[in-house]
Amino acid sequence: MVVEREIKEKKGGITFHFIPTKKFKTNTIILKLKAPLAEEDATKRALLANVLQSGTKNYPTRTKLRAFLDDLYGASFSIDLQKKGEYHIISLTLEVANEKYLTNPDPLIDHALHFLHEIIFNPLTTSDSFDEAIVEKEKQMLKQRIQAIYDDKMRYANMRLIEEMCQDEPYRIPVNGILEDVDAISAQSLYSYYERVVAEDEIDLYIIGDINTDEVLARCEKEFPFAERMPKVIEPVAVARKEAENVVVEKQDVAQGKLNIGFRTNTRYGDADYFALQLFNGLFGGFPHSKLFMNVREKASLAYYAASRLESHKGLLLVMTGIETKNYEKALAIIKEQLEAMKQGDFTDREIEQTKAVIQNQMLETLDTSRGLTEVLYHNVISKTNITDDMWIEGINNTTKEDIVQVAQKIDLDTVYFLSGMEA
Amino acid sequence: MEKIEIRQLQEELYYEQLPNGLDVYILPKAGFHKTYVTFTTKYGSIDNEFVPQGATEFKKVPDGIAHFLEHKLFEKEDGDVFQQFSQQGASANAFTSFTRTAYLFSATKNVEENLKTLIDMVQTPYFSEKTVEKEKGIIGQEIQMYNDNPDWRLYFGTIENMYHYHPVKIDIAGTIESIAQITEKLLYECYHTFYHPSNMLLFICGPVDVENMIELIRNDQEERGFTKQPEIKRRVVDEPLSVHKKENVLKMNVKTPKCMVGVKSHLTGKQGEELLKTELSLQLLLDMLFSLSSDHYQELYDSGYIDETFSYDFTQEETYGFALIGGDTQHPDELANAIKEILLKAKNGENITAEQLERMKRKKIGYYLRAFNSPEFIANQFTRYAFNEMNLFQVVPVLETITFEDVANLADEFVDPERITVCKVLPKA
Repeated sequence: MVVEREIKEKKGGITFHFIPTKKFKTNTIILKLKAPLAEEDATKRALLANVLQSGTKNYPTRTKLRAFLDDLYGASFSIDLQKKGEYHIISLTLEVANEKYLTNPDPLIDHALHFLHEIIFNPLTTSDSFDEAIVEKEKQMLKQRIQAIYDDKMRYANMRLIEEMCQDEPYRIPVNGILEDVDAISAQSLYSYYERVVAEDEIDLYIIGDINTDEVLARCEKEFPFAERMPKVIEPVAVARKEAENVVVEKQDVAQGKLNIGFRTNTRYGDADYFALQLFNGLFGGFPHSKLFMNVREKASLAYYAASRLESHKGLLLVMTGIETKNYEKALAIIKEQLEAMKQGDFTDREIEQTKAVIQNQMLETLDTSRGLTEVLYHNVISKTNITDDMWIEGINNTTKEDIVQVAQKIDLDTVYFLSGMEA
Repeated sequence: MEKIEIRQLQEELYYEQLPNGLDVYILPKAGFHKTYVTFTTKYGSIDNEFVPQGATEFKKVPDGIAHFLEHKLFEKEDGDVFQQFSQQGASANAFTSFTRTAYLFSATKNVEENLKTLIDMVQTPYFSEKTVEKEKGIIGQEIQMYNDNPDWRLYFGTIENMYHYHPVKIDIAGTIESIAQITEKLLYECYHTFYHPSNMLLFICGPVDVENMIELIRNDQEERGFTKQPEIKRRVVDEPLSVHKKENVLKMNVKTPKCMVGVKSHLTGKQGEELLKTELSLQLLLDMLFSLSSDHYQELYDSGYIDETFSYDFTQEETYGFALIGGDTQHPDELANAIKEILLKAKNGENITAEQLERMKRKKIGYYLRAFNSPEFIANQFTRYAFNEMNLFQVVPVLETITFEDVANLADEFVDPERITVCKVLPKA
């Protein structure tokens, strides 16, 4: 066993996951709310994340809420959103000092759990509606957040690639929702949506730290009484292979062009050949020893970054690099050559061993942070699997060159997106 | 090795200075999988004028050379050291700041081999015309990436506004034009001046055997036979107290304007506990004025001047220091004025209270406790502190000595309209 044990306990509509460990000086609590990614809900969901941290009955303003957290020895609290496959996930993360390292013996985790209860079950409302002023304010903030992506060209290029590539799939919807949909949301409609979230979402709570699990479980049952529910399950959308690759070039006033390329892997987390896909990505573009880094950057000197990553639950492989606009054809050709080389099995046993070593290292390092550990465990919730870290390490170890070549054969180029400078 | 107990955190730190002058620190971390190691030289982008080893006159080197050197230490005659790290299951990296260049790896096995690889990489430079020329294309794209990043441009724009001459105003990576002047000869000159062990610090944090580690390092360093090096002479420029420009606007391809207020610090020339207390006190002052729990934050938020990107920071080094406050805004002029007004009120003690200070001290204690979960934080911050003769593990005790009077006096001294500047990023029309 490599890692701390995970103790799971389902109570009503929530599953608790406790990971007792002495290695941290804090206790981390992460509540995850999962629902299908849907156009009609996505913007409300993003707005809800903002509204929930803007005020509760006992802490009616952001200032009061944050003052409480500061007094709790600077507890950190954030709510963020993720897309995982066809799901839209809200995560509430609260990290609080372990009083063992303080002169004050007050058990801070009890206060922290109660605070999280307050955020979820006691938001600032007036008869079946959120507070109007808060909702209007947060609508403005959400619009600014959505718009801000335009100014970060790396994120923008990635978002545009996904939009183009997944036009007919829910996955096209940006994680923060759709600008045009913000205005139509009212304090009442958002409140109805909130009631649905509390009643229908699949809910998991992770607690990592030096905890007594019996005590914490008793406390959690009291603070998080979610009713039983049947969480919605989405079957992965089948996407037909494109006859010809989809090429999208967009011109903007930028100093550096951004070339982002999307592939379909046709393999997802939990599939038998998923470990081979991890190795494929490691050899192809996941690390500084990978083909993309070595060829686009080190040999051709075209880029500072040239890498690939997997969207494991969606079955995507995404390549990204920043280049001079005039080098577009050259860079694209090199990247395609590297994929072809992978399909031909043009890599050595030594490179496979090297990649296995760094993937396993990366996995173990992820387990050294409470957030990383939670993300690793949560993969199983998303994919309805039960892969332990031991199985993971073993799966990587047992992968052969043939497995990697086979998984490479399944990879199809789908869309090339280029954010080009004006000069070309 | 000397053992230093840090009771409150229940940690033990081991220290030894080797005969060649290298400072070695080891912090064992039980329960962690990974070991994180940094090997850092006190040499950054601001060290652009110095007396090279063996020379007698000051010499100015091209902008961006410290960062360029950082890239080039990874390449040797027989290839890229990244390859070797990954064959040993490690992930390696490096970064250059204004005052430091750090080389690092993290690994969950083969820690000793990786440590040897790291030391060997840093202590056996190999620069050739061919590899230097090749790197210019790569770093050129790194520079262009930052040129498109409005937050980076705003950050540097504000610093440029503050400083007349100090090299902190020069972008760490330099420009495409300045790096064109870099040669292998210049790289060796910088290397031999700043990479002597007596100018460096090695920090190891992870589940390691302290005795094994130090033994390995002692033997390794002894074999390399470093001779003593005279003290490094760095040019210190004469920088006026007032800001260079009070205002500047950068037009960029963005949709949302950005605004940052900078306050140039007058608190230079401090080191050790004096610097630690000064820096912490000013950070606490900014926390009192602008943190999420402050009244001013709520006012600025409610009036629509700021959003979640709003942030602030204060940093003080020996020869420069500044506070930066700002973020995305639909109302850059109003935000700049509001921030200035808040600062001026603080100068007069109108908007700060002892109660706020106590809350912010608690918050900061929690922040440090959280940060001590992270080997990366410990190694990097410890090194930064040590280069300024400060001790990271003294933060909490020193925090506890800071009084409201200290903060109020500092606010009065620190806020001065002559040392305030505003930089804005606005959409191109």
